[in-house]
Parts: sequence; structure tokens; C-alpha cells
Amino acid sequence: MNIRISDSSTRSVGRICVERVSISLGDAVDAFEAVRDLDFAIAPGELVCVLGPSGCGKSTLLGALAGHLPVTRGRLAVDDQAVLGPSSDRGIVFQQHTLFPWKRVRDNVAFGPKMRGLGRSERHRAADEILRLVGLEGFEHFYPSQLSGGMQQRVEIARVLINRPRVLLMDEPFGALDAQTRSMMQEVLLDIWTRIPTTTIFVTHDIEEALFLADRVIVMSARPGRIIEDIRLPFGRPRRAELVTEPDFVRLKRRILDLLRQPDSPEPLARLSPLGVR
Amino acid sequence: MTTTRTAGRVPWARWLVRGLSIVACIVLWQLASGLHLSLGFVTFRNVPPPTEVLQSAIVLLKSPKLLAHVGSSLWRVFAGYGAAVLLGIGFGFAIGRSRAASDLLLPPLELLRPIPAVAWIPLSILIFPSSEMSMIFITFIGALFPIILNTVHGVANIDRRLVASARSLGGTPAAILREIVLPGAAPSIVTGLAIGMGTSWFCLVTAEMISGQFGIGYYTWEAYTLQNYADIIVGMLVIGLLGMGSSWLLTTLGHYLMPWRQPAVAR
Repeated sequence: MNIRISDSSTRSVGRICVERVSISLGDAVDAFEAVRDLDFAIAPGELVCVLGPSGCGKSTLLGALAGHLPVTRGRLAVDDQAVLGPSSDRGIVFQQHTLFPWKRVRDNVAFGPKMRGLGRSERHRAADEILRLVGLEGFEHFYPSQLSGGMQQRVEIARVLINRPRVLLMDEPFGALDAQTRSMMQEVLLDIWTRIPTTTIFVTHDIEEALFLADRVIVMSARPGRIIEDIRLPFGRPRRAELVTEPDFVRLKRRILDLLRQPDSPEPLARLSPLGVR
Repeated sequence: MTTTRTAGRVPWARWLVRGLSIVACIVLWQLASGLHLSLGFVTFRNVPPPTEVLQSAIVLLKSPKLLAHVGSSLWRVFAGYGAAVLLGIGFGFAIGRSRAASDLLLPPLELLRPIPAVAWIPLSILIFPSSEMSMIFITFIGALFPIILNTVHGVANIDRRLVASARSLGGTPAAILREIVLPGAAPSIVTGLAIGMGTSWFCLVTAEMISGQFGIGYYTWEAYTLQNYADIIVGMLVIGLLGMGSSWLLTTLGHYLMPWRQPAVAR
């Protein structure tokens, strides 16, 4: 355990391999292919954003990496270990409302350590420490419903990162927040990610968000989702809010907009979630 | 009413109106029975006035019979309802979490559910040699179905993203049952417990009227057969108080066990 923590700080764990992966969802007659033939690798410590139109299967891919959905073809692996089911090695943050409503903030965050068998005082100390890191000192005794949406997502991130996962999977984590809170949370995330370097896949349909956060942006097509572009971003770190108005940024934004501009599909596709069809 | 509403505190004027409303009911009762009011389809000729009922209540309060009647009723509810709570929550969890258990247990339960508990009385007298056991059984049957159904509902409707989150945080199946499913289903379970408590008392009083020798339902029915009409109403009031007390106990328990739920706003 100790070896792994020091490893992750030197960014040598968290390599993700997606090898020729296809995922089908739905039962018998209603079955359909959500993603087709995805093939890419993510280096340890990278922050990759996956962009794509609604229903393109980007959340499906995330759910499969978390171990909540089986792949139909191909192989998923993290650090050469095949993904066979959920594990605290692969933390997932949903869009909203997945904190345990009956647990106070501190106990929500301490859930992972509790499952690992840590004693009460030890896990509370660990929880308080990471809550301080995400800027929630003083809210340890609140229930989730007493927090704003942005604060709830900070707790979500803390609850996952306390397990020091190999990879952090985020499914439109700021999608339900207002614009102002959202851009603040993007900076919070980058700050935390710098302090606890973790390979991160961040699913979003907000192009600016992807460009602001990522080292690399993977653009997916409409269903069945395939990779149509894999862009390494030239922006340095730390990122500043002014980045979004720089010429390079605007140029990339226009390029991705063109990629995502599709002829309208005959009927709107059902939204997909990391747990399958909604 | 033009008083302003303040959160949590009800102004004294509203309490005054509430109190007067009860006083008015008692006064109307006194008038109706005192004047032997008869409207043809309903008559108050045999209804004792509140003053007489009060006297009977005082007599009962002072006699050792009260403890025996209330004690045996409470014991039956405790035993029958208690068994229904254990079995109902257990079955509810099994049915809500496992498809096999649901296929095995649900069909017979669905068949038995529409039968009102009171309809079980004759059969239960035949099945159980002691009338004590048959009354406990009726109380049990009355509470069982609402508890099972509400537990199933609560367990089956847990947000699956919560369960998925717990699994991704390293939760084992046993831990998920304890830390996620149980608290998640708790509000629904408590609703089932409250409904079950109501039907439990209802069934018990009915059963006691038919086959009891002690108990508050028996006391009420005995008062009727002995023509102690004031005692009928005393019995009714005691039954009401016991029901009120037990539902208060459940509400308090609910608030204590589920502090994350906002307290209901007084209206």
C-alpha cells in the first residue's frame, strides 16, 4: 500500500489501456452498440477529457472502466490488470447526488477507509485532512443536503481521492452547476490534481471545459461512439482563466466545433449513463 | 386568522382556537346526550354524557382492572407486532434484493394480502389452541403486509448510483446492505411500521372483542353486554390513547434514527 502511494506521486501508476473495445447495451431486441472499436492508451498522470455529442457512449466507456458495465469485445486494463469489476483503485465521480444522504460529510469521505478496515479516529483524521485540501474545512459535520452543488462535488472528489486510486473517472461532474460555480470548480479540480497527481478521464460535452482542463482531448462521434480525433493540447500549466480568450484556444475550439457538427439524427438518442441505459 | 406564521412556533391565539374546538365538541356531546337528542336515524338516548364518562374513567383508573386490561393488550401488540416487524423487514429485504427470494416468497404473499386480517379470526381460533395465541396471530397478520410491502418498496427503490458509488469505494456486499440499503430504505420502512401499528391495534381490538378474556377491546365489549354504557366510551378513549402513544413512539424513533431528514414544518 505504501509503495503504491509513493508510486502515484511519481506518476508511474495509472496507465490505462483501452484495446479494441466495443460495448453493447440493452436487452435482446433493444440491444444496440454504444461504442465501437475504441483503441487508445493513457499515460500515468495524464488528464484526458472525452468530448462527444449526447448519447455517444462516452459515459458508457467510463462506466466500463469503473467496472460497472461489461465490455462486449476487446479489453480494458489499468496498469496491466484487466478490469473485471468495481474497485477502489478506479474511483468514479458522477454528475450529482451520489453522496450518501444519511452520512455527514466526514463519514461520506471516510467511507473508503472504513471499508479498508481503518479505525474511527484514524479515518476521521484522513477525511479531515483531504477535506481541508478541497477547501471544506468546517463542514465536516454537515449533511450533504445542507451543502451547495459545488460543495457537494468537492466532497465527491475528496471521497474518491482519499482512496488514492490509480485512476480518477469523472462523468460530467460539473454539468449540473451554474456557469460561475463550474469555472471555479474547474480551477479547484486542477489545484487538487496538481497536489494529488492522478490519471484522470473527464467526460464532458462542454468544449471550453475540456480545453481548459486537459492535457489531451479525445473527440468521439455520434452513436456508436468511435474516436474521431485525439488532440494533444499545447497549453502550459498552471492554467489561468484568461486562457479561454487566447488565439490558440479559440482556434482549437473552432476545430472541435467543426468535428462535432453532425447532420441531425432522425430521432434524439436516449442519454446513457455509466450504469447503462437511463 | 390573521396571525403571522413564525417558523417552529405556533402563536398562542391559534392554540386558543384549537383548545376551544375540543371544548366545543364536548359541550355539543353533553347537550346531545343531556337532551336525549333523537333525529330519527340516529339517537343519543343511550349515549352517556361526558360527566358520566369522566366518573367511569376515574373509577377505572383507581381499579386494578385497568392495569390488567391495558397490560394484556400491550403484551399482545408487543408480541404480534414485534414478530411482524422482524419477519416483515427480513422478508422485505430478501424480496427487494434477490430475484430468487422474490419469485419464491411474493406469489403466496400476494394471494394472502387482499384478505383483511379480521377475516383470519375464525381460522386462527381453530389453528391455535390458546385464544391468547390466536389474538397475537391476528395482530401479527395485520401488521405484516404493510411492513413487508413498504420494506420491499424502500429496498427496491434505492438509487443504483449510490450502490455503484459504494462498490467503487471498496464496499463489500454485506457493507452495502448495512451502510447503503438499510438507511436508504429506512424512511419507507418507518412508513410501513406506522401503518402496521395502526392495523395492528385495529385487529387486536377486534380479536379481543370476539375471543378475549382480558384486554381493552374485551373491556369495551364487556361494557356493552353489561350495559355499562359509560365504560364503552372510556374503553374507546383508552384505545385511542394507546394508538396515539404508539404512533408518537414511532415518529420519535424515526426522527432519532434518521437525523438527516429535515424535520417536518409545523402547520
